Amino acid sequence: MITSLSWLKNHLSTKANLNQISERLTEIGLEVENIKSSNENLDNFIVCKIVKAQKHPNADKLKICDVDTGSENLVKVVCGAQNARDGLFTVYAPPGAVIPKNNMKLKTAKIRGIESHGMLCSGHELEQSSDKEGIIELVKKEKNIGDKYFKNSGEKTLDIAITPNRPDCLGARGIARDLAASGLGQLKKQPSIKISQKFKSPIKVSIKKEKNQGCAIFGSVYIKNVQNKESPDWLKKRIVSLGLKPISAIVDATNYVMFDLNRPLHAYDADKINEEIIVRNSKKGESFEALDNKKYLLQNNMCTITDKTGVLGLGGIIGGTRSGTEFSTKNILLESAYFYPSRIRKTSKILNIDTDAKYRFERGIDPNSIKLGLELGMCIILDICGGEASKFSIVGKIKDERKTIELDPKKFYQTIGLSITSAEIKKILLSLGCVIKMSGNKIKVLPPTWRPDIKQDIDLIEELIRIKGYDKVPLINPEKENIKDTLNHKQKLFHFAQRSVASKGYIESVTWSFTDSKIDNHFSELKNEIRLSNPISSDLNVLRTSLYSNLIISAKKNIHRNFEDLMLFEIGPVFNGKEPGAQSTMIGAVKTGKHSRKNWIEKERNFDVFDIKNDAIRTLNEIGISSSNISVSNKSKKWYHPGRSGLLSLGSPSGPELAYFGEIHPSVVKKMDLRIENVLGFEIFLDNIPETRKKIREKKPQFVISDYQKVVRDFAFVIDEKYSSGEIINLVKKVDDKLIKHVKIFDVYQGDNITQGKKSIAFNVTLEPKDKTLSEKDIDQVSKKIISKVQEITGATLRS
Amino acid sequence: MENLERIQSDILDKIKNVSDRNSYEKIKTEIFGKKGIITELFKKIGTLEQNERKEYASKLNFLKTKVNEILEKKIESFDQSEINKKLKNEKIDITLPGRSYFSGKIHPVSQVIDEVTSIFSEIGFSVEEGPDIENEYYNFSALNTPENHPARDMHDTFYLDHSKDLLLRTHTSPVQIRTMIKSKPPFKIIAPGRTYRHDSDQTHSPMFHQLEGLHIDKNINMGHLKGCLYYFVKKFFEVEKVKIRFRPSHFPFTEPSAEVDIGYKIEDGKIKIGDGDKWLEILGCGMVHPNVLKNAKVNPQKYQGYAFGVGIDRLAMLKYGINDLRAFFESDIRWLEFYGFDPLDVPTNYRGLSR
Repeated sequence: MITSLSWLKNHLSTKANLNQISERLTEIGLEVENIKSSNENLDNFIVCKIVKAQKHPNADKLKICDVDTGSENLVKVVCGAQNARDGLFTVYAPPGAVIPKNNMKLKTAKIRGIESHGMLCSGHELEQSSDKEGIIELVKKEKNIGDKYFKNSGEKTLDIAITPNRPDCLGARGIARDLAASGLGQLKKQPSIKISQKFKSPIKVSIKKEKNQGCAIFGSVYIKNVQNKESPDWLKKRIVSLGLKPISAIVDATNYVMFDLNRPLHAYDADKINEEIIVRNSKKGESFEALDNKKYLLQNNMCTITDKTGVLGLGGIIGGTRSGTEFSTKNILLESAYFYPSRIRKTSKILNIDTDAKYRFERGIDPNSIKLGLELGMCIILDICGGEASKFSIVGKIKDERKTIELDPKKFYQTIGLSITSAEIKKILLSLGCVIKMSGNKIKVLPPTWRPDIKQDIDLIEELIRIKGYDKVPLINPEKENIKDTLNHKQKLFHFAQRSVASKGYIESVTWSFTDSKIDNHFSELKNEIRLSNPISSDLNVLRTSLYSNLIISAKKNIHRNFEDLMLFEIGPVFNGKEPGAQSTMIGAVKTGKHSRKNWIEKERNFDVFDIKNDAIRTLNEIGISSSNISVSNKSKKWYHPGRSGLLSLGSPSGPELAYFGEIHPSVVKKMDLRIENVLGFEIFLDNIPETRKKIREKKPQFVISDYQKVVRDFAFVIDEKYSSGEIINLVKKVDDKLIKHVKIFDVYQGDNITQGKKSIAFNVTLEPKDKTLSEKDIDQVSKKIISKVQEITGATLRS
Repeated sequence: MENLERIQSDILDKIKNVSDRNSYEKIKTEIFGKKGIITELFKKIGTLEQNERKEYASKLNFLKTKVNEILEKKIESFDQSEINKKLKNEKIDITLPGRSYFSGKIHPVSQVIDEVTSIFSEIGFSVEEGPDIENEYYNFSALNTPENHPARDMHDTFYLDHSKDLLLRTHTSPVQIRTMIKSKPPFKIIAPGRTYRHDSDQTHSPMFHQLEGLHIDKNINMGHLKGCLYYFVKKFFEVEKVKIRFRPSHFPFTEPSAEVDIGYKIEDGKIKIGDGDKWLEILGCGMVHPNVLKNAKVNPQKYQGYAFGVGIDRLAMLKYGINDLRAFFESDIRWLEFYGFDPLDVPTNYRGLSR
């Protein structure tokens, strides 16, 4: 909402200056977002005099003018106007000025070989008139040269953010009322109107009684024999200060009333109305051309203003060109109506129209302002355009749905923590327009018709503290007592895991929850994509089902910038359906490129599956799952290299899935154009990490230190290649899980000297006795058991 | 009886000539071996007269100890010279770089969530969460924002279906409703999380993060709200004093509603929070609307309290001088390394929120 100090002073007698007003407005919830000159650009336009106008040597219709702009030197301007002549006072726009009509910014330019420094302006170009012929002719004196052409453009305007609950402040009067309530002046009375209105409006108006009728009241006045013209200066300036274009006195008057009283009006050229006005619901397929020069195709049940011919306009939203006023208009019908907010909103949403009127009606106009609006609009039009006004015709009525609210001053204290006297309550609410009746300790309040937002006592409490000032609310220090733990198990896990992964060298990334369906499909096992109905762009059209989609897109962007060795991770939601809650929390991590590059101390090597496997297992260890509880199997997902990926699960290969890890499938890497071969990743299912009943400290057994020597023995077998190392390790451990502490593979070999289909595998076994030192005999016994067990189960042969 | 003094000087002469480990071993055998000089001398003890034995044995022991000491010194000097020789050959260029290692980082959004959680944890708040996909009821209607209300225009919403029932939450406020419905008052919670609006330009990102706060009990008034937020702002920006302004505003789910501005100034091109004559809006808050309590099955006659919502990304930008919101989500490794935090920097009360 834009207004200015002088406009507010039409309604408010105050000595406050602009800054005081601006500060107070913000303090009472009418936030001033901006104070600016109504149009700084207009200050560029200067009164000048053409000293000499000569014909352009290279163009018949152009002239070269030496212009006195009040500065030291004359300025050369090329001008095409016929009336450019010696001695003419006109308006000069220097380079840098923006022409209001077409928003063109002037530059010094050569026109047919002659440099022109700026421009001489027509009334049309300055939106001062429709006169396109020639430049403006001013009656001025030498001393005026150099003056600003737009006199009052210096007045600053206030740009105020009006919250949706305050439609009354979408007019200057509402703002003035709030200022007065806050003690910054007095609200002026609306002047009474004395116009003789003798005849009856010749245009019959009816509101059709039907379901979903969007119009409650339709007020109108017929004004005959008007002479429409350009608005006078005072009105033009008001309109320009709003950032609008002056059009004609009639249109400008309706706009003025809207911004003055928050009372939208509409003016019809009465001669273009076919017989009568019928306010009715539209039927599907009806159409009309609106004042924004667009044609709208209507659906059923939109509130339309119609005549015998058809649709004239959409009530409360936009008028139509068919009945629009022009300079030649002789008779008008001025409308002041009440439309239901929800109907306005629905229609404008469907048709995607936003107008100042619609904005106000959907927030709620004062239904009692119909007559006031007609009066003010009529007066201005009669004043400027002359004519004769009919009696007002007001059709329809609206139920007063206001309820008397009972306010207990104690409740104010309970809510705000500050006490207030009944006298103060009374003073504030009266100044806001409420009707008040005392009833014992309680106060009965009837809110004014322009405040649809005040419905219950809490709304009155807000009004009171708003006007009193939020700075009066006491400051009560917080108590430092916890009702329950700050984080639950899952949340702790989240925070722990996040820092656990980062501590392994991964850089945390936060990416959109949405992604490109084409990419996400590589990593999805869902039947249906989770599509957004209104994505922000086609490559962000689905909710992600995997963290890989965005992580690998991110990796790609970095790789294409030549950052190839990457470790990225994200922790957050992935989605598996459209319902609230159809999501799970995961960690996704990717590693690309090399562990080390050309380097004096290390061999160059790529990141590989065993890097990523370690990262996954260590993270699981750190969040509380011991390696002995993690089963590694070669189960995989379609987006992994089938031979170089695996599953970490809890307890056994069929236990709850904890994580997948491995090399990303080469065809995915290729399709995504990563330009790098080894892309590795792991995904941890945080939701599958069990919450144990006991804390780690409670689960730990007593610490027992063994004084007996540990013993390490090496073994080597030739074994069928189908047996995995993991199987062999488990097999060996089971031989004596009390005595055998570790089994460590130190060599795996296939090739020369080993039969095809077999492999050589070597491992050492660490024995840690608890109760005695192992004798050679004891060790031999265990070794034999190990050998026979491995041979028995796998048919392996011992390598010598 | 032999002249032990002479023997001693003989032995010492021999030892003197020892120059390497080989001759050392040889000499040692010559002296202490089975037939070594000193061994032989000891064997003689038995042949001596009772009265001579004691003195002889004592002298002999003295000789043995002395020789041993000299030999030990000899071997030590060998060790030392060998080490010295080794050290001479083991000089490296210590300025050469070591083996590859990787330093991870925590994203500023995560860090700020942890900071904020730490602050609110101190004054008794616990953390709640809610789903990213919401239905229309929890996101709007239950929060006193009926359909066809202009307040909905302030939220450009992503929808998942054409009937516009399923959507991506536009704020974290639905967590208020979910929390209250599933449990009983009092409530004292914060809820950080992802939020979504159909808006994308220099200062808007289609996804951002909010933190919701809710405190409902029997006597919680607007003064508590003020105290809580004042405490939070002071702690978060780690300044002694901070200028705060509560400005009336409107949110459908709170009444009275306020926006909170903090004072700032620009110093050396950088924003300084705390004082100064400029105001910066950082959060919205208010007393929970009785309609919202009713919708969440809480009796507004008995319980009341406040709620607030703050933009986490914006807090991060202000505290850590980050200019561009959109860069948060672009995963440019250079940006992440520059603005990211060491994983060991866990914000805590006792060690300080930030370094």
